[in-house]
Order: sequence, then C-alpha cells, then structure tokens
Amino acid sequence: MFDALSARFAKTFGNLRSKGKISSSDIDAVLDEITSALLEADVAREVVDLFTDRIHTQALALLPTLQAGTNQAQAIFDVVNSELTKILGSESRRIRFAKNPPTVIMLAGLQGAGKTTLAAKLAKFYKDQGNTPILVAADLQRPNAVTQLQVLGEQIGVPVFAPEPGNGSGNAVQVAREGVAFAKTKLHNMVIVDTAGRLGVDDELMDEAIAIRNQIQPDEILFVIDAMIGQSAIATARAFEQGVGFDGLVLTKLDGDARGGAALSITEVLKRPIMFVSTGEKISDFDHFYPERMASRILGLGDVATLAEQAKKALNPETSAKLEEKFARGDDFTLEDFLEQLEAMANMGSMGKLLSMLPGAASMKKQIENFDESEIVRTKAIVQSMTPQERRDVKVLNGTRRARIARGSGRAVSEVNALVDRFSAAQKAMKQMRNGSLPAGMPAGMPAMPTAKSTAVHKKKSKSGNPAKRAAEERG
Amino acid sequence: MGIFSKFLSKIKVTELLNKPDLDELTNELIAADIGADLAHAIIEQTRKLKSSTPEESLHTVLLSHLSKKERSISITSGVTAVMVVGVNGTGKTTSVAKLANYFQSKGTVVLAAADTFRAAAVEQLQTWGQRIGVDVVSGKENSDPASVAFDAISQAQQLSAAFLFIDTAGRLHNKSDLMNELEKIKRVIEKVTPVSEVLLVIDATTGQNGLQQAKIFAEAVQVTGIVLTKLDGSARGGIALAIEDSLDIPIKFVGTGELIEDLAPFNPDEYIKGLIS
Repeated sequence: MFDALSARFAKTFGNLRSKGKISSSDIDAVLDEITSALLEADVAREVVDLFTDRIHTQALALLPTLQAGTNQAQAIFDVVNSELTKILGSESRRIRFAKNPPTVIMLAGLQGAGKTTLAAKLAKFYKDQGNTPILVAADLQRPNAVTQLQVLGEQIGVPVFAPEPGNGSGNAVQVAREGVAFAKTKLHNMVIVDTAGRLGVDDELMDEAIAIRNQIQPDEILFVIDAMIGQSAIATARAFEQGVGFDGLVLTKLDGDARGGAALSITEVLKRPIMFVSTGEKISDFDHFYPERMASRILGLGDVATLAEQAKKALNPETSAKLEEKFARGDDFTLEDFLEQLEAMANMGSMGKLLSMLPGAASMKKQIENFDESEIVRTKAIVQSMTPQERRDVKVLNGTRRARIARGSGRAVSEVNALVDRFSAAQKAMKQMRNGSLPAGMPAGMPAMPTAKSTAVHKKKSKSGNPAKRAAEERG
Repeated sequence: MGIFSKFLSKIKVTELLNKPDLDELTNELIAADIGADLAHAIIEQTRKLKSSTPEESLHTVLLSHLSKKERSISITSGVTAVMVVGVNGTGKTTSVAKLANYFQSKGTVVLAAADTFRAAAVEQLQTWGQRIGVDVVSGKENSDPASVAFDAISQAQQLSAAFLFIDTAGRLHNKSDLMNELEKIKRVIEKVTPVSEVLLVIDATTGQNGLQQAKIFAEAVQVTGIVLTKLDGSARGGIALAIEDSLDIPIKFVGTGELIEDLAPFNPDEYIKGLIS
C-alpha cells in the first residue's frame, strides 16, 4: 500500500544523502517533499501539519550535531522513521480476551470496507491459534451478505449462526443477541459479529449498530476501514466513534497500491490502535499490525520481519526437519523434496507480495507487479506429471519420458528439459557442498577463509629466483 | 463542509481574496480529495478569473476541469453490452442492479454474474435480478468469468435484449494476473459483439489512489465512463474530478443511496455544487 510513499521518501532521502552537509534549508526542502508526499498519500491535512512540525523541531535541534557527523541523511531519516512509527501507534495492541468466555468481537464500518471477508479472516486467524470461534451473520441489509458469510464459514470450518436469510428482512439486534447466547451454550470461546455496512451519516443504521452493541456488550468493537479511503477518513471515523464507538482499527486491502494515509490520520486524531491488517484475497492474508514494520515499509526499508514470520508459518516444521536429516545422511535432494518446497512457497502467499516486502521493493515495483505467479504452478505441474521413480532420480528421464511429462503437464518439452537441467545443477551444487567436508550443523556454502597464519607460513615457503626479492621475503 | 459554504459567503462580500483565504480554499479542495497539485492549480486559476463573485469563479474553474466527452451510454444496434469493473468493495454489483433497473424502461435487460470469485456474489446479483424481474446468467462459483459473459451474450441475443450488463469480480488494479483476466473477458465478449461501454465504479470515499485505479483499468480495458458511488456519505468525491481532469474519462452515473432507484445520470453543476458546499 505505502509503496508510492516509500518511493517518494526514497527519492527525497537519496537527494539528501548525496549532499555532504545538511543545512536548515535542506530540512525545509525535505519537509516540503514530505508534506506533498503525505497529502498525496491521503493523510489528513491537520495530521500532515502536526507531523511536519514535529520533524522540523527535532531536525533543527539535531542540526548542530549533524554537521559534525558523517551520516547526516541517516539521522534525519531516523527522525522521520520514529515519528512515523509514533503516529502509527508506538505499540500495537492485541485482542483483549474476556475473563469469562466467550470473547465478543463486533465489526463495524462503511459499506464495501471488507467486513464480511474480514470476519472470516479473523475467525480463521483465531481458530488456527486453538480458539473455537463462531461467526454471527447480523448483516441483514446487503443482499446475500448472510450467504457470503456462510460460504466463507464453510471454507474455513467455522460455524455460522445465521437464523435470518437477510436481504433486508429480520432483526439484526435479535440475531446478534441470540448468536452470543448460542455461543455460550455451545461453549465457543469467541464470537465474531458481522454487521451491515453503513455510511457515517446514516442515523438509522448507526442506531442499529448502537442497539447491537448495547445488547451484546462486545469486548472489542473493531472499525474496519479501506486503505484506499481519502480525506473523509477522519470525519467517517469520528462519526463511528461518536456513534457506536470503537476500540481498534482494521485496515483492509493493503495489498493494493493505495498509500493508506488514512491509517496515520485516524490513529493520530482518535488515538485508536490499528490492530490488524488485511493483505490479500486469500483467507490467510491477514495479520496483526506492526507499526514499526509499516513505518519501515513507508520509508522503503522493506518488511523482512513479516517475510520471515510468514516463511516460518508456511514451512511445515516436520518437512524441514526431514530435509535436514536427509541432507546430513548424505541422501540426494530429490524432486519430491523440491515439490514440497514449492508447495510451502505457495502457502506463503503470492510471490509478488513476498517480493514487495523485501528492502528496496519500492524501486523495483514494476518487476514485482509483472512477476508471473503461474510460474510456480507450471513448475509444480511438470513435477507432478512425473512418476515417483522419476522424481527420486532424474537420471532415468529419457526422451520418451520427457515427452510424456510435457504432455501430462501441458507444457513444452523444452520447459521440462530446462527444469531438469536447473534441478540437476542445484543437486550437484548441494552434493559438492556436502562433500566440502563441512562438519554437520555448520552453515553450508561458506568458502574456506585463508587465515592470517597460513598465509604467513605459505610466504616463508616461497623462494623467489630474484635474490633481492628472496632477501625481502626472508626479512619477513 | 458547512464551514466551507459559510466561508464562501463571507468572501463574497470582500471580493478580493487574500493569501490566508486562498490557502483555506486550497485546503478545502484538498479535503474534498481533489488532490494537492490540482487544488493549487484550481485556486490559482480562480484567483485570476474575473467573475462577479469568487464563488462563481471557483464554480466556473471547477467546471472547466471536467471532461467534455459524452455522458450518456452509447447504444448499439442489437445488444448494448456494458462491462462494469472496479476494485473490491466499490459497489459494482449494486450498481449493476441499479443500472438494470434504470434501463429496464428502455428495453429488455440481461445481467451476467461474472463475479465468480467472491463468495455469494452471484447470489447477490440473482437476488437483485428477482427483485426487479431481470434475467441473470450465471455459472458455477470459481468458474471462468469469460465463459459466463459469453453465455450471457448468447442468452441476451436469443431474448433479443437491448442491454447486457456484466458484473465482474472486484480486483485491485496492481494485480496484473487479475487485470489480464479482465482483458480476457472483454476479448471474449468482443468475439461476439462489440462492448459498448466499460464503466469503472469508483467509491466517492476513495482518496488519491482513485487516479491510479482509473489509469490502470483504462489501460487494460479502455474504460469509457465512471459510476461514482456512495456520494450520499460524508465524502464529496473530489477524486472523480481529478480523474476527469487527468484522464478525460467522464462520470456517467452517480449512486446516491441504498435503494435500487438511487442512481442518476451525472449532473456536472450539481456535482460541483456538492463539492464546494
């Protein structure tokens, strides 16, 4: 989302870095750049002013020390980064679980913000952590919102309490109340209540939300907001705050390229933490919000922390352990192992998304967008068209077998050949690595470093034919 | 918003706009999501324009930034096929239903439920179809949207329908695979009949990202018009003006409420008034 903003910051700080010394007019120039970048990012005017004022004061205070130091641009960068983190909420909060279950979570927000999808994502997220959530379909306005929740519930294996078909009829307050009561009797420890989307100014629907809140006394009310929203974000958030009220924010559609300045505005003005972010169309594209990560992302530093965490989540620990064991035993790395790794990668989400978390992603935006996601699918198809024997030993792959695999996977024989070649090269490399007599457990692939001592010994052994050189050598 | 009209009535008397006034006006335009650069340019032009009141000057300048293109739906002989596209959650399905309702008086309407991705999107359109008495052609969930569109054309032609509105799945414009899918849907339709209109649905609450949305959707499927939705909320929809200004894509319809009748042809004067009052 903050891609373009990070690209702008990268440019601004690039200019700053190329300067030897920073003057107060440089700081002003940077602040102008930041102001227009933030406005373009839909940060509310009042928040932009607050932000730049703070940076200005801090940067000016830093100036005397800056001019003496060498890494001046970095120092200003750090000020911007820390202020950004501060606005985004210096600490992210987690859901407060009720002392007496169930924990009741109510969702509220504008139409189209993504509440229903989010309800399912939230349920899946907590189910995976060992909770027993139930979804309550209290959006009786939008046609088939109830059906949508039921379909999603089925996909993730979470029950959906939906006594009313919706489509404009039924009493949402009653559904919510009965849903919570039902959850209690069935011993669910978490209830997630989806409500109808409403405009900030729609009193009737806001009253309904308030009535639901009063009935079910939620432990958390989450305000769901689209990362693409513009300057009306504060007015909208205020209307919800004064209406139904809310405890935390959820930012959706963060996988788009909107810069999501609204997130900054709302956290700054209403002092509510952003608790979760929704980052894709898959149910698993959902996570806690990490302000420092987001600030890093804005500044073009990449989001390596999230990437590492996703890798950990996606890689089946059993698989990795098996692979390590195999490697230690001296078995060959086979296409079967390769397939498992490909599947783990697919579990981590889209490749484009993974790449965009890497440092410097802002500058290679175009390449990331053009990454062909189906490459993985095609590779998988080729491997899956092989027999177990072929997967274990690619040497058996003669022309007829390759032609059969190509037919089976719907790819060209040349593609099968390319994959086999690449794989054989990788297999060979791994073998060499292992035969490099590395003790088990030592990081593989490190070339032996010549030590100072061995170099010295070597020197003494050398005998130059040139007497002058030899004399110099012997003097050591 | 109220502040703005109060402010304008104040400056009507003073006639001459001073620097703080101009800054405040600029900020108000920015607050309407027009964008900082465009807001500065508009205020600069307003300052130079000699009209009876500053309000009139501003209105004139804002109008001059709107597209000059035709704002009605172009009708083709046979089936007028209209694709409705946009990012997630802008109100495509609802807009398709509203369009169907609007055009029903002008001829038989068929709807294509080509959003085969979002859970229950097909059912949502079917429910609308039943309510307004319009045929909805659908496929299975997760089936190929292009094939649904194709089937819908055949059915529309069989019924000698005048209009076919094709609802598509919401997609973020930065996902090239999904944009390719959209291009494919259009290509498939065009094998049978020309696509008369591609309408991009823009949520009035959208900020500056709306420009990027319009630009990329236009590149992919040659957007011919905009449906501006949720204009009944607290947002003034200034992003639509920014889109008209930079991409010359006209707003054709506005969604003004939650009822099926709440769709109206775009009225530039009213829109500008809403923007600055």
